[in-house]
Amino acid sequence: MLKTLASLLFAGLAGAVHAQDLTIALSAPVSALDPHFHNLGPNNQVSKHVFETLVKADAQQNLKPGLAESWRAIDDTTWEWKLRKGVRWHDGSEFTSDDVIATFKRIPNVPNSPASFAIYTRAVSEVAAVDRHTLRMKTARPHPLLPNDLISIHIVPKAIAESAKTEDFNSGKAMIGTGPYRWAEYVAGDRVVFVANDKYWGARAPYAKVRMRFISNAAARVAALLAGDVQMIENVPTADVGRLSKDARVQLSSAISNRMIYLHMDSGRERASPFVTDKAGKPLEANPFRDPRVRKAISKAIDRDAIVSRVMEGQAKAAGQFLHESFFGTSKRLPPEKHDPEGAKKLLAEAGYPDGFGLTLHAPNNRYINDEKVAQAVAQYLTRAGIATKLETMPSNIFFSRGSKLEFSFLLAGWGAETGETSSSLRSLVATFDAKAGMGAANRGRFSDAGLDAVIQTALTTIDDTKRGLMLAAASEKAIGEHMALVPLHYEVSIWGARKGIAYTARADQYTLAFEVRPGK
Amino acid sequence: MGVYALRRLAQSLVVLFVTSGLVFAGLYLVGDPVEILVNPNADQEEKLRTAAALGLDRPLLHQYAIFLKGAFSGDLGRSFVFGQPALEVILERMPATLELAFLAMLISVALGIPLGLYAGLRPHALGSRAIMAGSILGFSLPTFWVGLLLILVFAVQLGWLPSTGRGPTEAVLGVPLSLLTWEGLRHALLPATNLALFKLSLIIRLVRAQVREQALLDYVKFARAKGLPRSRVVGVHLMKNILIPLVTVIGLELGSVIAFAIVTESIFAWPGMGKLVIDSIFQLDRPVVVAYLMVTVFLFICINLVVDLLYSALDPRVRLGAAK
Repeated sequence: MLKTLASLLFAGLAGAVHAQDLTIALSAPVSALDPHFHNLGPNNQVSKHVFETLVKADAQQNLKPGLAESWRAIDDTTWEWKLRKGVRWHDGSEFTSDDVIATFKRIPNVPNSPASFAIYTRAVSEVAAVDRHTLRMKTARPHPLLPNDLISIHIVPKAIAESAKTEDFNSGKAMIGTGPYRWAEYVAGDRVVFVANDKYWGARAPYAKVRMRFISNAAARVAALLAGDVQMIENVPTADVGRLSKDARVQLSSAISNRMIYLHMDSGRERASPFVTDKAGKPLEANPFRDPRVRKAISKAIDRDAIVSRVMEGQAKAAGQFLHESFFGTSKRLPPEKHDPEGAKKLLAEAGYPDGFGLTLHAPNNRYINDEKVAQAVAQYLTRAGIATKLETMPSNIFFSRGSKLEFSFLLAGWGAETGETSSSLRSLVATFDAKAGMGAANRGRFSDAGLDAVIQTALTTIDDTKRGLMLAAASEKAIGEHMALVPLHYEVSIWGARKGIAYTARADQYTLAFEVRPGK
Repeated sequence: MGVYALRRLAQSLVVLFVTSGLVFAGLYLVGDPVEILVNPNADQEEKLRTAAALGLDRPLLHQYAIFLKGAFSGDLGRSFVFGQPALEVILERMPATLELAFLAMLISVALGIPLGLYAGLRPHALGSRAIMAGSILGFSLPTFWVGLLLILVFAVQLGWLPSTGRGPTEAVLGVPLSLLTWEGLRHALLPATNLALFKLSLIIRLVRAQVREQALLDYVKFARAKGLPRSRVVGVHLMKNILIPLVTVIGLELGSVIAFAIVTESIFAWPGMGKLVIDSIFQLDRPVVVAYLMVTVFLFICINLVVDLLYSALDPRVRLGAAK
């Protein structure tokens, strides 16, 4: 009797400290637990449970202090960081500036890394400790995005940064961070399990134990949620949203993501773009995409609202620029273009194509939400406007290789602005391609305009946030309003589903973070 | 016998060599792994770094030569995605797949042979007609659809079994197995059933056809005329003759269940090799795909060897290799 009473009491106490366990189904497995091995969304979101970054992002991707309490630019190329005091690693030792320096040293030197995090640390030429909790970073050129870049740099202890290999993280040996959760178990391709870090410096993790299972099949993920095997899932398929929103067992949360779906056209080749033909199918000598009127005609020919409501079942937002206007560096003067087939025909006639021309649209069929169906809709709208458009879709592994080799004339792709502002979109998608300077890396249409390049360049080196925001907005207006360097279609919406009573604030960066999940009362 | 096994092994080396060459060239034609692996924000400098780190900056023939050199010493290269040795990545997930495959084969053999016998011995009974109709369904319904239906009925509606995933594992001689616990068995039941359905139908139809054919042969009539009890006629004389083609088919099917459980594994989020290889193909993780196919080819060769040996044990007329 006394025993049962005691155990009941004990259970009650444990319940008061932590809510029950939480199981989340993620849509993609991680390739490794090493936070510096593979710079990709699925890996980064799992890393954030155990490891922390100097700067963090809130659900809207606004910057907030992480392991750094504050930071400021002393001059154009020097940044001072005040680190948080009293933070302890999972093994009990104290977090200091040496750990940050050692982490920066490790990042470019992870063996066999398929996608390095060095793209975020490359701008930094020197990191030096002023004292145990103050750091100075020097950049070779003015680099206002340093705090944004550091959202992706997970700090590890000095000893681990100096000696641990990727295998040591997978085995759990090196999984020592400062984060709200501690590593407990990892089964490759199946699950990773965390337990709450009771000595965490910040808000206490709401669940004592978190299991993250990898269920890549969307229908299986939904079934697991309905069966109660998992309490939360990410990337709810748009086709199930209608049904799930009526289900009393489930609650959904969604947010406009930082990913824009767009059309890129070959405006680089002077003549004979590979998939541009006349109406009879013969190759066209001139490249119509060099004329901004043709690019604008394409934008007008597409009914974005119809694509959003029918193809995307309402789970997207029509786009008029690189990011939704709730993000930093966007313009208030770029609403989504209205469907105007007559205007499109008029522009085509002005440009010298009164009867239109022939075209093939290339698109991936397994990369973005409903990508193949969106591409079908686009092809139909263009055909109606007089540009006879054929569609060819393929798996993303083929699509991106061919796209980057400039084998296409007209393609559909997506761009996630990881930093939560427009500079990466401008720099990678519409700046003139320059391998050395790292500009136009994803500019698969090879759009080029010296005036636009100049605006982007100044924006990228302006430290003052307000001024930079205005410049980025101006660059967006120039790139899309004036040149239509690419045609924005819509912003994807990310959707999470959870059992009733479990709340998750949908995030623009698409991350699923267990420590942000709040249990029901 | 020893000579026979050796000759088979030599043949399989040639098969392995040809497979590796084909896959190497095939994946090279599909696309550039660097484009898939790097972060979309990466610039040209980062792409070049990745290519160099993974050895993709060299000409294809050079890459293949490096691979062959490693392969002869048992090293099939490092996975582009995981950074671990490719063979290790595959072996890590092999127990899960083998476990599922054996459970599925067990279900189909344990149910298929008796059901097939019944349908063959009483071809006109109502039960036989039902079994045959069911086996047509098992043949023709697509695996992914049946899998989702099983989940919907048994996990979502009835809540009897877990919808997805593998149960807790226990190490047996260092190999993590999940079938030894009740919880693990519960997890494996739905995917194994889904995987077994097609094989089950196949075995039922094969056994039935064999029984109907053999039952008319003289040796059966003779045994009956001799006054042997029915159980002995069916259980010994008939059974032995049915088993010969059955063993071949079961062997081949076991191989295909192990190698091609891809659909079932992805629907049930079963962390096996099938799911791994499909992800690896999408990510153009060439070392894993090549290593996977080598392992699969090797498995097929072993299974076929065992089938041949069993064959000669079952049918005394068969002499391995010695005839030529």
